[in-house]
Amino acid sequence: MVKSIGKYIIFLGTLFTNRESFRTYARLFIDESVKIGTDSIVLIAIVSVFMGAVTTIQSAYNLVSPLIPDYVVALVVRDMVLLELAPTIIGIIFAGKVGSNIAGELGTMRITEQIDALEVMGINSSSYLVLPKVLATLFTFPLLVIFSAFLSLLGGYFAADFTGVITPQDYTFGIQNQLNEFMVIFAMIKAVVFAILISTISSFMGYYTTGGALEVGKASTSAVTNSVIAILAADYLLAQLLAEYLVSF
Amino acid sequence: MVLNGISAVFNPGQVNMIIGASGTGKSVLLKCIVGLEQPDNGDVLYDQRDFTHASRLDRIEIRREIGMLFQGAALFDSKNVAENVQFPLDILTTMPLDEKLDRVNHVLSRVGLENSNKLMPSELSGGMKKRVGIARALVNNSKYLFCDEPNSGLDPQTSIVIDNLIKELTNEYNTTTVVISHDMNSVMEIGDYIMFLYEGNKVWDGAKEEILGADEKAFNDFVFANNMMRSLKEQM
Repeated sequence: MVKSIGKYIIFLGTLFTNRESFRTYARLFIDESVKIGTDSIVLIAIVSVFMGAVTTIQSAYNLVSPLIPDYVVALVVRDMVLLELAPTIIGIIFAGKVGSNIAGELGTMRITEQIDALEVMGINSSSYLVLPKVLATLFTFPLLVIFSAFLSLLGGYFAADFTGVITPQDYTFGIQNQLNEFMVIFAMIKAVVFAILISTISSFMGYYTTGGALEVGKASTSAVTNSVIAILAADYLLAQLLAEYLVSF
Repeated sequence: MVLNGISAVFNPGQVNMIIGASGTGKSVLLKCIVGLEQPDNGDVLYDQRDFTHASRLDRIEIRREIGMLFQGAALFDSKNVAENVQFPLDILTTMPLDEKLDRVNHVLSRVGLENSNKLMPSELSGGMKKRVGIARALVNNSKYLFCDEPNSGLDPQTSIVIDNLIKELTNEYNTTTVVISHDMNSVMEIGDYIMFLYEGNKVWDGAKEEILGADEKAFNDFVFANNMMRSLKEQM
């Protein structure tokens, strides 16, 4: 495992050496951003709406004390969505959808010698293939987290209205009440860190695939597994490091 | 140890062939020559320029003169035929677009694929893929052309087409062409200089005309394994 981590760090270093022209990367960045964004937006939208709806209903049925005002349900939903559900759960889904796609694409290119073809042409294949994916993920994933948070809160609103667990007015009041802006910053910090982990780990697994189609499948699976573990570990570390700022901000 | 004490000179304007049975180190040798593998000892020189120990930038400069046809053609799946062939020009040159398109159309017509610009690699036959691969390898006026088993997976008729194409382009562009093969038909059809590998060693080398008179046992066992070659020898 230590050897793999070392190889991964060296791999990250190769992304920034012997780069092609800015115009080449610009075109690739736009292509990858559109692909990554459009590939996952529908799934993230569906998951986010239901995530918000379920969280609202379950929170409402758990916060049944007459001493707790109804709007607290929405406040709890908002905090959970911003702090954890939007960045982490969506990150895990993103790792499954986009991460496996990246690993599969690069793994297939590796076993069909397309990566070797780039190297023989004098192109740094890791920089050419991977850096645009990393930058595109860094750009799109935070936007998707914001999108997810918005849809989750909207899903909660519709669930509250439909089931009647709390009134829409209480819900709307609750999601605006005592908003700590650092939560949004925290969510974005998580989004950036997770984007880097998902894109680089998935690219690493795909880029160094050896063998045939079976190994490409294994690389895709490993990319998702390792990305999810990295996301959860980073989630814990970020919470440990930054949670105090939630209070002091 | 995969390769041991291999030394050879490949000359421009001729088809230099590296032959041998499967697993003798032919592909490893080719990968060392083009820099995909780093040899433990020895040097690879391109017109007296040290490639093996060159700096990264110097290696890149030499690599930009290399064209390679991979065993499976290694076409980029997301690009159509024209985009695949144009790719080296996009990355390695600052040519204007109309000049790139002219060059692409010229090489595609040269390999007999005039009307295939918009086809995707998945829509191509094996022979067509190899021809696109050759076009891509030569579109940037490569000085050195490497072909890894260009006839692999092709029928005999298409194999002859590919072989003749390699020979014609070598003569036309005066490239230094190196072909990895275990197909004696190809060797006799287009080979000029032949190098035979056996268990990682260079056991025989010489001109095609010298094959029938060679007396190295391992080489003869390989060459005369098929009926055609045995018939040729008996006619001598």
